[in-house]
Amino acid sequence: MAEPLIEFKNVTKRFGQKTVLDGVNLKIYEGEVTTIIGLSGAGKSVLLKHIIGLLKPDGGEILFRGKPLAEMSRVEKIENFKQISYMFQNNALFDSLTVYENVALPLVETSNMDRKEIHRRVMERIEQMELTEAVDKYPSELSGGMQKRAALARALVTNPHIVLFDEPTSGQDPVRKYGILTMIAQYQKRFGFTAILVSHEIPDVYFISNRILALYQGRIVFQGTPEELEHFDHPFQDEVIKSLEELEQELTGVYSRRLFKVQNRHQLMRKLGDEHFCLFLFTVEPPECQLVHEIGFELARILNSRGGFTVRNSMNEFIAVLPYTTLSEGADMIKNLTNDRWRDLHLPSGTVIRVGSTIGHPTDEINSLIAKTRQGEKEIVRF
Amino acid sequence: MYRTKIISHRGMKMQVSSLRPIEIIAAIGRKAITYTSSMGAAAIFFTLAFIKIFYPRQGKKIVSQVYYIGANSTLIILLVGLFTGMVLGLQSYHALIKVGAQGAMGTLVTLSLVRELGPVLTAIMITARAGSAITAEIGIQRISEQIDALTTMRIDPIRYLISPRIAASFISFPLLTALFDLIGIIGGYISGVLILGANAGTYLYRVQASTDMKDIMDGFIKAVVFAAIVSGVSCYKGYFAHMRTDSHGAKAVGMATTSSVVTSCVFILIADYVVTSLLLI
Repeated sequence: MAEPLIEFKNVTKRFGQKTVLDGVNLKIYEGEVTTIIGLSGAGKSVLLKHIIGLLKPDGGEILFRGKPLAEMSRVEKIENFKQISYMFQNNALFDSLTVYENVALPLVETSNMDRKEIHRRVMERIEQMELTEAVDKYPSELSGGMQKRAALARALVTNPHIVLFDEPTSGQDPVRKYGILTMIAQYQKRFGFTAILVSHEIPDVYFISNRILALYQGRIVFQGTPEELEHFDHPFQDEVIKSLEELEQELTGVYSRRLFKVQNRHQLMRKLGDEHFCLFLFTVEPPECQLVHEIGFELARILNSRGGFTVRNSMNEFIAVLPYTTLSEGADMIKNLTNDRWRDLHLPSGTVIRVGSTIGHPTDEINSLIAKTRQGEKEIVRF
Repeated sequence: MYRTKIISHRGMKMQVSSLRPIEIIAAIGRKAITYTSSMGAAAIFFTLAFIKIFYPRQGKKIVSQVYYIGANSTLIILLVGLFTGMVLGLQSYHALIKVGAQGAMGTLVTLSLVRELGPVLTAIMITARAGSAITAEIGIQRISEQIDALTTMRIDPIRYLISPRIAASFISFPLLTALFDLIGIIGGYISGVLILGANAGTYLYRVQASTDMKDIMDGFIKAVVFAAIVSGVSCYKGYFAHMRTDSHGAKAVGMATTSSVVTSCVFILIADYVVTSLLLI
């Protein structure tokens, strides 16, 4: 595997008597989205602040491209930190400056660019974040979502190689939460920076993350892909992931992929025995956050009331399972959905929903079923 | 830390606690060390901020702070200066007339204002108006992570936030002190000459004759010393509001603001005595 961009070796941090980081070992790779998950107060933000140099470890070492920070000269450290931007949990926008001034601040204060170039770059980011109308407004005059976008614009205006996001979705409603995560995923793809997120939005962060780091009782207990996390056998699974997933499901009616597998394997087998079920795969284009959320919520509402359950499979895919349903019954139901429900959602023009369906059995391997369903996907509605 | 003993009073036994002498000395020592180290930290903080006044990109921020600390304080200085001068004129007229020396009223009003009241009252008024606001503003920026945000953007928070305020104080204090002195002398003229009927020519002659350049320069030296005290204390208290052990968050900012005003005022009066003593040598 490639050399890690950032590596923690036995990093320890104490505040008074309390040990927040207790021998943390982790690796973060370039160009990836890495998410640090853990309960509130677990030390996630503390960990992030060590990366940007706001906090210094009491023990252990932090390596940047293989070189310990402690051994770097002041100039080297500045050069490294220059590549990093930090988006604070509460945005940390200057409330006495307008959105424009906030976004321009790092360029005005740290670069030798002329005014025209600064203006061009600031306006480019502001337009990308759809904040053109708020350019002369103060942070207190903006909504929570707009403040997040302004903070993201400020974080990206210097074209950083690494962006740290400290709980970017905290305090946001589910629609905005998806919006911010989608925004991070889209911009990460567009600008190609390395993103390091701190979040407890499980399972949503799985869809945008390449790697997950699980912080539990001051230590990193898991490092790997979201898929590998599903097979991770540790108290962290029960204490953190399950509880957060259940909360998510309670709020939105949409199951996580992990919970879906549990449902599929145990509940369906117990309920259905040898009986079949109908599996639908819904794909929403474009993968715009609010849209996907609204459609997913509506699907969960309709299909759950008919004895099925709905699962978010990726950023813009939902799986729906309807027990004791044949393909033709399923097709009729989809037709009714097309005729009635979608129109009520007032979806924007350009929205496309594709559906594929297949008949499954509780003993079938779910990933192969999904792949089979995806092959047969057809467009059912276009606005 | 506490020593307990049982005492008996009217048949009732009570347990009381008392400090051992060595523990009292230890507590005083701890306080002294904390106080000394915080004085040292404040001195380093102020020195760094002072040096960074001369860094590039500071001009616009300094002008903006001069407007905030200086120009916006003009009205309050005019009011306080005018009424201070009027009271001085009133009191000195009635005191001097008893010994037939009302002609010295101009001397008394002018020297009181230029040497003492001008610099001291100006500094105290700016502490109340701008010093408290500086502490509160920087304190809020600290607790809402705006200062950390500056660090992550590689903007030196001391250069960006503190140095312009200190530079602006060095510019504003002497100017406002001069304004205070001038308006105070006019106030003395209004109450002593226009209202009580003292001789105008004598008053103005005494003002001019009894004031030499050294008096004015001494007043300005005091103003500069007070500028350092007020801006240094206000910025320091705000900048380290998050490190207070007695409170957190908004309450810490409130307490830092109170502490900044009280500390500034006490230091102004102490410094006034020390500087006056040195200038009279």
